[in-house]
Amino acid sequence: MSRRAIAYLMLLAAGLAAPFFIYPVLVMKVLCFALFACAFNLLLGYTGLLSFGHAAFFGAAAYVAGHAIKVWGLPTELGLLAGTIAAGALGWAVGSLAIRRTGIYFAMVTLALAQMIYFFFLEASFTGGEDGLQGVPRGALLGFIDLSNDLNLYYFVLAIFVFAFWLIYRTIHSPFGQILKAIRENEPRAISLGYDVAKYKLLAFVLSAALAGLAGATKMLVFKFATLTDAHWHLSGEVVLMTILGGMGTVFGPLVGSSVIVVLQNELADKVGSLVTVIMGSIFVICVLLFRRGIVGEIIAFYKRMLGQKA
Amino acid sequence: MKRKLLNIAIAAALIPAAGNVMAQAKAVKLSDNMVKIGVLTDMSGVYSDLGGQGSVTAAQMAVEDYIAQAKPKFKIEVVYADHQNKADVGSNKVREWYDTQGVDMVTDVLNSGVAIAVAKVTQEKNRIMINTGAASTRLTNEDCTPNTVHYVYDTYALANGPGKAVTKAGGDTWFFLTADYAFGASLEKDTSDAVKANGGKVLGSVRHPLNASDFSSFLLQAQASKAKVVGLANAGGDTVNSIKAANEFGLTKSQRLVGLLTTIVDIHALGLPTTQGMMFTEGFYWNLNDETRAWSRKFFTKHKKMPSMLHAGTYSAVTTYLKAVQAAGTDDAATVMKKMRDTPVSDFFAKNGKLREDGRMVHDMYLVEVKKPAESKEPWDYYHIKAVIPGNDAYQPMALSRCPLVKK
Amino acid sequence: MTEIFGIPIQALMGQLMLGLVSGSFYAMLSLGLAVIFGMLNIINFAHGALYMMGAFLAWMGLEYLGIGYWPSLALAPLAVGVFGVVIERSMLQWLYKLDHLYGLLLTFGLALVIEGLFTNMYGVSGQPYTIPEELSGAFNLGFMFLPKYRAWVIVASLAVCFLTWFVIEKTRLGAYLRAATENPKLTQAFGINVPLMVMLTYGFGAALAGFAGVLAAPAIQVSSLMGSNLIIVVFAVVVIGGMGSILGSILTGLGLGVIEGLTKVFYPEASSTVVFIIMAIVLMIRPAGLFGKEK
Repeated sequence: MSRRAIAYLMLLAAGLAAPFFIYPVLVMKVLCFALFACAFNLLLGYTGLLSFGHAAFFGAAAYVAGHAIKVWGLPTELGLLAGTIAAGALGWAVGSLAIRRTGIYFAMVTLALAQMIYFFFLEASFTGGEDGLQGVPRGALLGFIDLSNDLNLYYFVLAIFVFAFWLIYRTIHSPFGQILKAIRENEPRAISLGYDVAKYKLLAFVLSAALAGLAGATKMLVFKFATLTDAHWHLSGEVVLMTILGGMGTVFGPLVGSSVIVVLQNELADKVGSLVTVIMGSIFVICVLLFRRGIVGEIIAFYKRMLGQKA
Repeated sequence: MKRKLLNIAIAAALIPAAGNVMAQAKAVKLSDNMVKIGVLTDMSGVYSDLGGQGSVTAAQMAVEDYIAQAKPKFKIEVVYADHQNKADVGSNKVREWYDTQGVDMVTDVLNSGVAIAVAKVTQEKNRIMINTGAASTRLTNEDCTPNTVHYVYDTYALANGPGKAVTKAGGDTWFFLTADYAFGASLEKDTSDAVKANGGKVLGSVRHPLNASDFSSFLLQAQASKAKVVGLANAGGDTVNSIKAANEFGLTKSQRLVGLLTTIVDIHALGLPTTQGMMFTEGFYWNLNDETRAWSRKFFTKHKKMPSMLHAGTYSAVTTYLKAVQAAGTDDAATVMKKMRDTPVSDFFAKNGKLREDGRMVHDMYLVEVKKPAESKEPWDYYHIKAVIPGNDAYQPMALSRCPLVKK
Repeated sequence: MTEIFGIPIQALMGQLMLGLVSGSFYAMLSLGLAVIFGMLNIINFAHGALYMMGAFLAWMGLEYLGIGYWPSLALAPLAVGVFGVVIERSMLQWLYKLDHLYGLLLTFGLALVIEGLFTNMYGVSGQPYTIPEELSGAFNLGFMFLPKYRAWVIVASLAVCFLTWFVIEKTRLGAYLRAATENPKLTQAFGINVPLMVMLTYGFGAALAGFAGVLAAPAIQVSSLMGSNLIIVVFAVVVIGGMGSILGSILTGLGLGVIEGLTKVFYPEASSTVVFIIMAIVLMIRPAGLFGKEK
């Protein structure tokens, strides 16, 4: 068994054991945001596209899944699926517009479109405006596993996370993922090699949006509500922060980054009061100036130096 | 001599009774030998002036005063957290408080989105939320729970009061500036209903997007309507900027502005020159009588600002809760809730406050008019009280309740 | 009375005027973004925060030091400009060799820090700033009642925009600047201090934002969050204009202000989204923006 496989197994074991040591709802929240950050990393880290509007997909899926389960009475699994598909479709619409520009323009276009989507959620009646869509029942998995039990739900969320993580891992290491990396490294070259760059970018965007949606829908299920903060641009900024802090373009970076941020937010809630934004902003600045590789990226670089390789 | 004997006899008869009271005080049965109160509020965002640190201070004051006066035999502790206006952060924190820290009651909980989420958690874990911060009537209607108390105000009371009173006083044509989402729409509807019921007319309304920084265009439309009254069905920064623009465009010279969710925080931020003549409803005003002044001055020495209705309400709510725990002899949610329902609230904040079945704490509200700068005698002296709206008129009648707990 | 689509023409003229006022702010802010972008290749996410700082400095000057509106109009932008220079020297300059995205991220973090600090100090309900005596009151234009202050905003911002355009397009300094934008290495070789120009450019862009902030202070409540909502709209304006030319960003800013103003009359609910819708349409037809050149 390779060393890498052992590492994965150990992580999985930690995930299985976590709810017995740490407050399970908090771990679920971390997992949801980790999935969100992983989906985002697929775009930023592996395709080189900085989207500043990913919260729109996260929030859209949360609303759609919540509405489907609460109002239409769909079973939990189908509700999550509906949310994911809706986010993917929205991702297609936003993506086809945004990939017409690159770099900084791309970031601004996604931000502006996400803001438009935010206004839609604010005004649409099914979202409940600023009160939010509340009291969504968690339901039962396959009709018989009661998800209102936190522990049952935890393993369901963990399963979703592991599945999505595996999917992202497979994507990165597939030929498709290689082409994405080629686009990131040198777009004109990828074009000259005959790849339809726009198509690949759009596909990556849709996949990333759909998985971000899955994260949003799952988070909705954990907390039983969807509110406007799920679609606000602050969250779009936060997911960027999580990815960069952890290390973009690394497999585990987003997981580490989101754990740090979520736990920090939770812990700071009763300690520093109004300085939360300042602390988040400072982490951002420090990361960009000093740790551009992020936590995981720095560790990998250190490890490689130890082995005498040049990073 | 006989008389003296009698006195002794009475005293002797009373001693056991007094002893009983003492025994009762001792016998409060608590789940963890402690009453823990959580203040969940917005410490950093858009509502932090309205609640925020001031609510924490008020809750702490309430606990200190209660300990000094009642000398309870149980320990009381206050914890607080910043929900950052995120429903997930708020409900997660409260869940953790209930699960791991033995918190018995949460208060403040402003921001309707957070409040409804917290109400659900509170019901699930069977504790109590005495909400002093959120505005939405959903807390006592669709989303009511047996564990929720809505203590200070709600959108119905804020909208209905001026709608009725201003219309009756001759302001019978209205135009609305409405924030374009559910909350603004419900403010507008509740006010319109009151206006129409009292013989007034609504000439029109304009829906503006949330956080529109420039309101001049909407105000020109309000001006063109020639309505006597312009109702601001919006909140926070939107209200502040509408008032500012109204002033600049000379609207306040010919029309009266009525805020439907305006508080002393907004008036303080804008200053009297800009806001003079505005009318709106408040749940509390510090300069009402000697009792409110005494408490508010004490609050001022700690917080350096006069209390908003949320701050005063939080103090009152915590005190009411502690008294109910003492009287009920337990911190069991259902028993304490019943005690609170049975005991009218009477303190500096609310006279004859009554907790209804749907969780609404009904108490008198005040229709206020903002003073002219010359009339203000000291800092924070901002209002003329135009009318006291009796609680039963101010709040949504039980007959209209959409709360499933209310038996009809 | 003549009417267009059921709206009296006089009311329409009034709304056009007001559109021009908000357009003036868009123009100044997008101009600042364009100038910074041209030289540093950085999208300044902190622009909204700098705008807020300008307004706050004016308020603080009046509150603590008794500095009136007119001196503030010069002093506050100057202070914001100096602050911009400090940011450029201490942080931004290390990022030029990297992907431009890092500049965006850094300034985003800075925006959070600046806004958080002001929130922490002054709360969020904001501070009132009264209109200076000389500009209170209003002009009666026949078709509308235009507050003098709003008229002043249009005049002042057009003057500043024109001045900026003139300096960059018509003076020697501007020529150096354009040369440094086009080819920094060659310009450096001609003995022009390019890093200095870069530093001053960022400072100037920041000062423009600060100036817009001071102009806005009497018109809207001075609050720590006043910039963060505006900046997204300005980003959309910049995408529509395509930061190719100075004149382009000024025209786009004014034009979109007017369009937004008209939307407020015909379909007020959409007035905050109309800019984004136009952005989507422009992206479909001319991806580089109205005045942009495809690089």
